[in-house]
Amino acid sequence: MSLTASGIHAGYRGRRVLHDVSLTIERGETVGLRGPSGTGKSTLVRVLALLHPPDSGHVTLDEQRIRGHGHRVPASVRTRIGVLFQSPRAAADPRLSLSDLIAEPLRAVRHPREQITGRVTDLAERAGLTPDLLDRRPHAVSDGQLQRACLARALAHDPDYLLCDEATTMLDASTQAHVAAMITDQQQHTGMGVLVVSHDPALLTRWTDRIEDLNTETAR
Amino acid sequence: MTLLNIDGLSVRFRLRDATVQAVSDHTFAVRRGELLAIVGESGCGKSVLAHALFGLLPRNAEVSGRAILDGVDLIGCGEKRLAREIRGRRLGLVPQSPATALTPVRTGRRLLAETLRAHQRDPALADSLAEQVGLDAAALGKYPFELSGGMAQRLVTALALAPDPALLIADEPTTGLDRPLVDHTLDLLRRRCDSGGTVLLITHDLAAAERVADTVAVMYASRIVEHRPAADVFTAPAHPYTCALLNALPDRAFQPIAGHPPMLTALPAGCAFAPRCTHADGACATLPAGPPVACHHPLVTEAAA
Repeated sequence: MSLTASGIHAGYRGRRVLHDVSLTIERGETVGLRGPSGTGKSTLVRVLALLHPPDSGHVTLDEQRIRGHGHRVPASVRTRIGVLFQSPRAAADPRLSLSDLIAEPLRAVRHPREQITGRVTDLAERAGLTPDLLDRRPHAVSDGQLQRACLARALAHDPDYLLCDEATTMLDASTQAHVAAMITDQQQHTGMGVLVVSHDPALLTRWTDRIEDLNTETAR
Repeated sequence: MTLLNIDGLSVRFRLRDATVQAVSDHTFAVRRGELLAIVGESGCGKSVLAHALFGLLPRNAEVSGRAILDGVDLIGCGEKRLAREIRGRRLGLVPQSPATALTPVRTGRRLLAETLRAHQRDPALADSLAEQVGLDAAALGKYPFELSGGMAQRLVTALALAPDPALLIADEPTTGLDRPLVDHTLDLLRRRCDSGGTVLLITHDLAAAERVADTVAVMYASRIVEHRPAADVFTAPAHPYTCALLNALPDRAFQPIAGHPPMLTALPAGCAFAPRCTHADGACATLPAGPPVACHHPLVTEAAA
């Protein structure tokens, strides 16, 4: 059981960013991905998250080859993969309260309404968000608190794979350790596979089982 | 010799139904040639301190105390004098997000030349300044939107250095850069101090502070809780908060601090870290003295003396 990218070529409007890149994340393992700025780490995450169509190559989720991207992929497949982005501000709708933010992926698939409140409370508690924070909107909380809410949102469907794109870079040391601990805890319960993109060698060494390099030879 | 002398500086924001205490009673001095790093969790008030020195706070801010730079009180001297004599000239700022701090319709070279000319310096210095920060001539010919985050960061650094300010304040100058660029930017700040410049580095990145700082001030919930030489802070932290923060680093225990920092609208009367602190007892209900170490139960006792 794995999330695999095979022979991916991808880019934007003719500008090739990834050149024949392959990467496998097994369930239960934590893979580190590093590489200098501009080598296409974020593009690879977007391809793996089924948000960006590769020019060639394909993504396989638990032995099933994925066709299409975005909303063309059935929700039952998309919800298997969670993503945590670098900037929680850019990834959160400023009009929603934190509890609505966390509930968003559940409502999107018409999760039974009476179960949503309980699920949000549970997720928020695990993320270390106190009840008084849940009624606030993003502008009234810190980056660290907002990223915790984004993590709770990413885990709402108990994904089999979680992709973290520089998700702790802008956080202070304590919040970073807390986010990592929460992900590891979830991993022990559900056996999800985790990808950690970072350029902090100390973080990758400490957190991940193995580290893959994305360098300028494979990415152009 | 002291360049900046901060005495009893506090900043409060009045909101409709609450008061945010962002900076509480800071008293410290920065020597010429010193690199002082102010570290702390996000939302502890670090950036408000920088903005207070620049006179760039919003109108609902109430600032008290003094901040004397080279004989001029930055808090009391008024906007006119700040704009004419201080901002950009004696006090340089490397802003947090370079992408939003650059004029989009001018190339890097024109921006630099313009700044140099405004400060009666030779615009031909643009290339040598760019070289100092590690920006090549080709990049200097580009418009800001054509630059990568790292190149834009180096350009704003060059712009801040152009008037040769006595004190350079770098507010999270390395956010979003990859490790080699972070190190390059930090080493540039270090070299500036080694050649007589003075730098106030505001960062949440403890590794960055450890790499280049002479002294470190640790800020927690608007107060400075520990202010000591960098080597001492990183090898023998005296405040339990500093110790817990260092233990959260991935190359140390990778252990988060339990609980949350208090809201700046509802700070406790005593030590603000006490609710999360394993050493706390009844004494912590009163405000501890300090820095150097604002704690009733410092982990390194000689430092508190």
